[in-house]
Amino acid sequence: MNLFLEAFAWMFAPAQWTGNYALPKLLGEHLTLTAISVVIAAAIAVPLGWLIGHTGKGREIAVAVSGAARAIPAFGLMILLVLLLGVLRIPEAAITTFVLLAIPSLLAGAYTGLEAIDRRVIDAAKAMGMTGWQIFWKVEVPLGLPLLVGGIRSALLQVIATVTIAAYVGLGGLGYPIIQGIPLQRFDQVVAGAILVAALALLVDLLLAGAQHLAVPRGLRTGGGTSRRRSRTLVPAAEPSTSGPSASDDGSTPVTSEPATA
Amino acid sequence: MFTARGKRSVFAIGVVAAAALALTACGSSESLGEPADSGESSGGDAIVVGSQAYYSNEIIAEIYAQALEGAGLTVDRQFSIGQRDAYMPDVESGDIDVFPEYTGSLLEYISDDEIDVTSPDDVYAALQDALPESLTALDFAEASDQDSYTVLKSFAEENGLTTIGDLSKVTSQVTIGAAPEFEQRPYSPAAAKEVYGVDLAFSATGPTTLESLLAGEIQVADIYTADPAFETEDIVALEDPENLIISSNVVPIVSSDIADDVSDVLNAISAKLTAEELVSLNVLSTVDQQSSADIAKKWLEDNDLV
Repeated sequence: MNLFLEAFAWMFAPAQWTGNYALPKLLGEHLTLTAISVVIAAAIAVPLGWLIGHTGKGREIAVAVSGAARAIPAFGLMILLVLLLGVLRIPEAAITTFVLLAIPSLLAGAYTGLEAIDRRVIDAAKAMGMTGWQIFWKVEVPLGLPLLVGGIRSALLQVIATVTIAAYVGLGGLGYPIIQGIPLQRFDQVVAGAILVAALALLVDLLLAGAQHLAVPRGLRTGGGTSRRRSRTLVPAAEPSTSGPSASDDGSTPVTSEPATA
Repeated sequence: MFTARGKRSVFAIGVVAAAALALTACGSSESLGEPADSGESSGGDAIVVGSQAYYSNEIIAEIYAQALEGAGLTVDRQFSIGQRDAYMPDVESGDIDVFPEYTGSLLEYISDDEIDVTSPDDVYAALQDALPESLTALDFAEASDQDSYTVLKSFAEENGLTTIGDLSKVTSQVTIGAAPEFEQRPYSPAAAKEVYGVDLAFSATGPTTLESLLAGEIQVADIYTADPAFETEDIVALEDPENLIISSNVVPIVSSDIADDVSDVLNAISAKLTAEELVSLNVLSTVDQQSSADIAKKWLEDNDLV
């Protein structure tokens, strides 16, 4: 418990808020690296995943590649790429590592989103005369969005956690206090760095959980349709009058309670 | 594809296999934790010589080991153990008898207080005070593996640099690259400003420090003084007349109870191990890819120590 208190004390000490390695600057570097990597990975993986999901071909390869790529030792790969590309291209080497790490989750999110759609919905769309592209943009993408956002969420979490190693090759980020603190044996600093990375990851996870919820198309949200139905009051049908022809004479038909469904 | 029964038996086999793997992991002994190993050494039969997981340290340990064998002692080698966190407990407890260490960095590791000494003799004296009773530091060698402010020879010639203080002559921005913890050390760029009045920016280059210096990304680099690059590349360490940087000379750390048995042999080695010699030994290892056993054997023969 003491170590946690010391970690917070370190975090809020003024030395950590000025200078070249101030915490806000490290946070900015961390987020920049994460954002660039996930955007590039998404540009590669999402269209590819959509293609696989829409055509149904190449699924086995996608599954195999996603599974295998998750096992990449990110630290080793980053060092290898730095050695291969040279010290003048360290940012490229690091970002390549993070992109490769993010691709599996995004690919999986994209194609499972499309695969999970009920085939009858696609058939109905075809029956309505939609072309392939229309089916894709109007039906498949919106319905596949929640799972895609889930994939983005998973990729972001992995990348945020892994960008801590960028500090090892001089790119800054929230891993810097951890990597600096271990040889100095300053464990308040190490724990503080770990807390910051974990807090950032949790925050992003929460935000994206919200986004995932919002990404569900309106018509699919459970309880939406039925509650609209339930809220309309039932108007009773006009009582059949025994008194005679006056009711049926004016030709009015009984009002039904159920309007046409939206 | 699988029947229900088939699935269950596959699952059961999987659980058993996982459990077996987990149990073997528990069972494998830590390299030096077993009392059985240390029984021999504390009994005085075999001297245990250890080394860090650092090729240069292993060469020095092999030199110690072969010299002790040449003096008629039995030696048990436990090399490439790891970092100080891994081996210091065993050194302190006596499970390891002889360990090649570096005065300054060991002092930084074991001392909780601020260290205000930097010259080789002062650091050695402070280390002797800081070591526990069970350990003795024998004579230290001239050879060192300490931090430095190193520049390209061409950069030094262009700007007329011999000492760290001369860096203030350079008009353009000077950046020093090093491992991240360098920024917080007592010989950091901030400290250099106080002692020498030089303004240096810091870049946490870590493992790419030497390459960054050679590529011109940084102007000064913290290259450890035993690095083979001092022989293979055109770099030069700037002199440190004010003793800003803590000295870190090679020193044998031995268990106090066997110190008398080994001191003559090891002190003779320390007397002959100069800074250039250590760099040459490292070059033989990294460039010529010779084994530490061969390097040690040749060095001992060349110096008439076996």
